[in-house]
Amino acid sequence: MSAEKTIDRLPAVPKPGRWIMPGLGLIQGLVISGKNAIQSYYKKDRMTTIQYPEQRAVISPNFRNFPFLCYDDDAATGLRCTACSICENECPPQCIYIVLDRDENGKSLKRPKVFDIDISVCMNCGICAEVCPFDSIYMDGEYEMSTDDRFGGLMLGLDRLAKSAEYHMKLRPEEASAVMAKRKAEEEKKAAAAAAKAAKAKADLEAKAKAAAEAKAAEEAQAATEEKGESA
Amino acid sequence: MIFATVPFPSFTLESLPQLPKLLVEWLLMLVGAPDWLVSIGGTAAMAGTVVGVFLSAFALLSLVERKTLARIQNRLGPNRAGWFGILQPVADGIKMLTKEDIVPTKAEWLLHLAAPILIVVPSILALGVMPLGREWVPVNMELGLLFFFSVGALTELSVFMAGWASGSKFPMLGAMRAISQMVSYELPLIISALGVIMVTGSLRLSDIVVHQGDFYFGFIPKWNLFTPWGFAAGLIFYIASIAEANRCPFDLPEGESEIVAGHMTEYSGFKYALFFMGEYLGLFAIAGLGVTLFLGGWQAPLPFLGWVPTWIWFFAKLAVIIMSYLWIRGTFPRVRIDQLMRFAWLCLIPMALLTIPAAALWVFTGKGIVSWVVTVPLLLIPWVILTILFNKRLAPATRTYTFADS
Repeated sequence: MSAEKTIDRLPAVPKPGRWIMPGLGLIQGLVISGKNAIQSYYKKDRMTTIQYPEQRAVISPNFRNFPFLCYDDDAATGLRCTACSICENECPPQCIYIVLDRDENGKSLKRPKVFDIDISVCMNCGICAEVCPFDSIYMDGEYEMSTDDRFGGLMLGLDRLAKSAEYHMKLRPEEASAVMAKRKAEEEKKAAAAAAKAAKAKADLEAKAKAAAEAKAAEEAQAATEEKGESA
Repeated sequence: MIFATVPFPSFTLESLPQLPKLLVEWLLMLVGAPDWLVSIGGTAAMAGTVVGVFLSAFALLSLVERKTLARIQNRLGPNRAGWFGILQPVADGIKMLTKEDIVPTKAEWLLHLAAPILIVVPSILALGVMPLGREWVPVNMELGLLFFFSVGALTELSVFMAGWASGSKFPMLGAMRAISQMVSYELPLIISALGVIMVTGSLRLSDIVVHQGDFYFGFIPKWNLFTPWGFAAGLIFYIASIAEANRCPFDLPEGESEIVAGHMTEYSGFKYALFFMGEYLGLFAIAGLGVTLFLGGWQAPLPFLGWVPTWIWFFAKLAVIIMSYLWIRGTFPRVRIDQLMRFAWLCLIPMALLTIPAAALWVFTGKGIVSWVVTVPLLLIPWVILTILFNKRLAPATRTYTFADS
């Protein structure tokens, strides 16, 4: 509409009425497509097809789909998850199901007995990974999830969800190393705090013992004076 | 049954395609069959050879086409079935055969059934009169060219039959488009072939090939393409043959973006495969006629290559023409129906009509230097004038795109 706005067109449009050889554009087009066809045989960068089952694309660290649970050393005991149920509560489609593990006295063992994710319901939003305070749940890069079992095959239990910290490191090195550094710092802090607490307890104990000893001594002294008094 | 010792007729590499015919005739004579049975058996074997050769060529082409188009688009194409996808046509055939055959409720079932069968028949009949080699002419008909065009026109009938019998709107629209396109492009196709008839003086296709046998200066073949009128007529024939075979960029009858699949919309399974087959056999027929009329048929392109069996030359030229069709299909977008019609009636037909006086002058002036001087301007000047007119007045007004340009 406005005359000052112009659009850059790719080829120069010939002025109407000037004689150009008819079919020139057609020949140019044929040259382009012919070049495409011939160069596809020797220029490897032209062919973008990845023949999937034999060849695989390198997936980006930012690629994410379903959640997995991270464990440190051993799949059975090293799970970071404490079954706090924050992810279960936050999950928008409610696809996470957690049962807390308890000992025979009913005391919490701070680990999940059951941790199920129904990936047929999961919408890959990543909120569970976002809210987890224990660096336990992350989004996975696994994409070969097809199954012939509609119900069991799409319900991932602990056995399929638990993946090692090394796997996380391999999948997304940047994020994983940051998490590792943070966890290490936290652990050191915790250890320091524990040490301080232990030292304090020891000091307290000593002080208490000292006080007790002093009290005893005073008592003895008093008793001695009383005895002296009686004898005198 | 009388067993007579009949000597097996000798054959050479040149007459290798005759082998099935000779074999059947020899076997029949060996068991003492009457002459009429030997003759029928030989003819049937001959026909079977032609049909078998072109059907296997069709299977191969359906793969080569997909591979070529894929390469033009920097893809790999089918490469899973067999070595380099060589078994892909077999897989396609099995798929087509096992698919459900659906006949719409509103379809006229008899016509609906007959159309795909009738579309294959004319193409095979047309291939029957083609001189495929010096000694390999299935039916050496005196009016071969006339037979070719009259049988080829039957294709339009079966296309319209399919469109009408499907009882649906898209096939009907597609068939109407197909008819208008095929009728329009048959005119330049036949008119451009007239010059060849005038120069040769015969409608027999093998005569036309023999007439193109010599060489200029001992190395340029005397094909009709290398004459002024022949070049113009050959180019017109080539363009019109693409339209006649319903190939891209003139594949409007099956323009899937507008009318689903044209007259083939309501067909499935093997009937669809028959349409496909008819289309490709028609492509072979029309390209083979182009080779025969303008590219010297089975003649060798250079004099010292005369030792190669002639049918190899025919199929090599056919392959080149077909590959050019594939190249064009991989390059150009589909034209609009008004562009298609304008191009046929205002550009191709006038130019095709001009090739007739050009061919007449060519013969009249003795096919020498004078002929070149006379016929080149006769064709070139009208062509330049036509293209100027086409650029200026006949082309549609430049469109203004209200939103895109603002």
